[in-house]
Amino acid sequence: MDIPVDIRLEMYDGMVRARYFEQRAHDLFMQGLVKGTTHLGLGQEAVAAGFAVAMRPGDMSYCTYRGHNHTLLRGAPMDALMGELMGRSNGICEGKGGSMHLTDISKGAMGSYAIVGAHLPVAAGAAWAAQLRGTDQVSVCFFGDGTTNIGAFHEAVNIAAVWDLPVIFVCENNLYMEYTAISEVIAVDHPAADRAAAYGLEGIIVDGNDADAVYEAAVAAYERARAGDGPSLIEALTYRHKGHSRADPGKYRPDEEVEEWLKRDPIDIYRERLLSLGVTEEILNEIEAKALAEVDAATEASKNAPPPDTAVLLTDVWADGGSSWRN
Amino acid sequence: MAELSYRDAVARGLAQEMERDERVVLIGEDVAKAGGVFKTTVGLYERFGPRRVRDTPISEEAITGMIMGAAMNGLRPVGELMFSDFLATCWDIVTNQIAKTRYMTGGQVELPLVIRTANGGGARFGGQHSQSLENWAMAVPGLKVVAPATPADVIGLMAAAIRDPDPVIVFEHKGLFANKDEVPDGEIVDTLGTARVLRRGDDVTIVALAAMVHTALDAARILGGLGISAEVIDLRSLVPLDTTTLLDSVAKTTRLATVEENPRLVGWGAEISSLVAEEAFWDLDGPIVRITTPHIPLPAAGELEDLAIPSVEQVVDAVKAMSG
Repeated sequence: MDIPVDIRLEMYDGMVRARYFEQRAHDLFMQGLVKGTTHLGLGQEAVAAGFAVAMRPGDMSYCTYRGHNHTLLRGAPMDALMGELMGRSNGICEGKGGSMHLTDISKGAMGSYAIVGAHLPVAAGAAWAAQLRGTDQVSVCFFGDGTTNIGAFHEAVNIAAVWDLPVIFVCENNLYMEYTAISEVIAVDHPAADRAAAYGLEGIIVDGNDADAVYEAAVAAYERARAGDGPSLIEALTYRHKGHSRADPGKYRPDEEVEEWLKRDPIDIYRERLLSLGVTEEILNEIEAKALAEVDAATEASKNAPPPDTAVLLTDVWADGGSSWRN
Repeated sequence: MAELSYRDAVARGLAQEMERDERVVLIGEDVAKAGGVFKTTVGLYERFGPRRVRDTPISEEAITGMIMGAAMNGLRPVGELMFSDFLATCWDIVTNQIAKTRYMTGGQVELPLVIRTANGGGARFGGQHSQSLENWAMAVPGLKVVAPATPADVIGLMAAAIRDPDPVIVFEHKGLFANKDEVPDGEIVDTLGTARVLRRGDDVTIVALAAMVHTALDAARILGGLGISAEVIDLRSLVPLDTTTLLDSVAKTTRLATVEENPRLVGWGAEISSLVAEEAFWDLDGPIVRITTPHIPLPAAGELEDLAIPSVEQVVDAVKAMSG
């Protein structure tokens, strides 16, 4: 596939913005300005960028608690995401969601779901509505390798296949379910691809650290979904640079393995490729400088934002805007 | 007016709403071609077609998750869980996802969906197909909960649930499916969060739900013969809760009994009792009495199950004792 240079630059821009955003989130956590927990997708940006750039505005994406990348790259405003991580009034969910529940429905970022596997049937349901209503929307669901051992994964992939739903299931296989290697808890080599046959689907494996490879797989899966040919199950091989969450230094991973994967940083790989394709250093520098400025501005805006108005504590349990359970 | 069974009222309520709004769709195990294992959805598949009435695999997480996703993308779906006991297999989707998502996203997500499920005992099905679980749902912020006792209420509350912009669980009582009653012709649409006084009385308020409403009414008739005038309230809706009707009644009668099919601990009657104790203590002339099943799983044998679920005699005896 000959990927146009503007698409390539868009992917690079997305990866860099996601990288700088999450590095800043990490720094702010260390300063005590982000509390609770964070699950960083550092090192996994190519999966988010490849799919997000291939998506159309009406498409719907569902992701997990490791969902900063995906939400940002669907177009959610960075300052509102940073504000949500910091629990400020400018947060995209008014401070009621936090790092694990970033959502921007207006951009098709249909939510970050923090119970493993739960969002797979939800993504399938959104695709079912698209099918019934005759829209050409596609629903995309990102999840980790550990998800392939939970029941909801199998229930969702099965019914999506049986009903030919326009949904794309994307397994980000970063080799570790949480602290335990995925290879220790599955009876096959590939947690998603090797299960695909059970649902009559092709087992698709892509290099998740190569944005071009992800983009090509995404385009093919979107075409299949929009043509009414049903779901795809894609396993993207990638690696998280940090531990599972803030509490995890990731010491269970062999040093050589970490070093090997750091050498395959998706952003470094892509930068070199763009240069080899004739994109100038200046253009890339400008993308990076702009991304850094955006992160700085988002950080400042959030630091300066007051805490959430106490009134929001009791709003939005119900559609009437309130939380009353009695008359 | 025509006589209609509680079972057929389910299908009529669904058909009424599906006819009115093409966004209303129904999925579940055996709901389409088979018309439901309890025959509550008979005729819907033939009338509305395979796109709007669809059988699913035995996958409760898929059923509940799919209706959530569909509600996020323009439908007003209804999902059937064959037995309410199966809520335990998809409790994550129902409570962590469906119930919380509006709040956690700062109001971005609207989920106009309905979960219908066959609830309650009396059918000799044993401990995993007989429970009354409406109190589980009542405990979760973000879920509305109704449990109709009559065919007309099945239609009206189903319609209200489907038209409501929030997630609603409709608990249909298995023991009532064969019950018949006069039902008005034409469209019936009720209001969530409204209790109904089914029998006026002055001496004691008996609050009940679903099948226990009929137990309470039978007891009230007997109590009437004994000179005790009992007022019977059918709560109909646990969330929202019609506290006005409840408190007004207690203010008049000065005594309160609840009749619940739930096991003793944290049944819905505990919340009702707590509410009355906090807000109407000085109206009361005696202790509140809760009549519940014992704190046990329900047994299968008929004699044992009948012993467990509150009976008319138990209610009569308990109310006599508190009125004496």
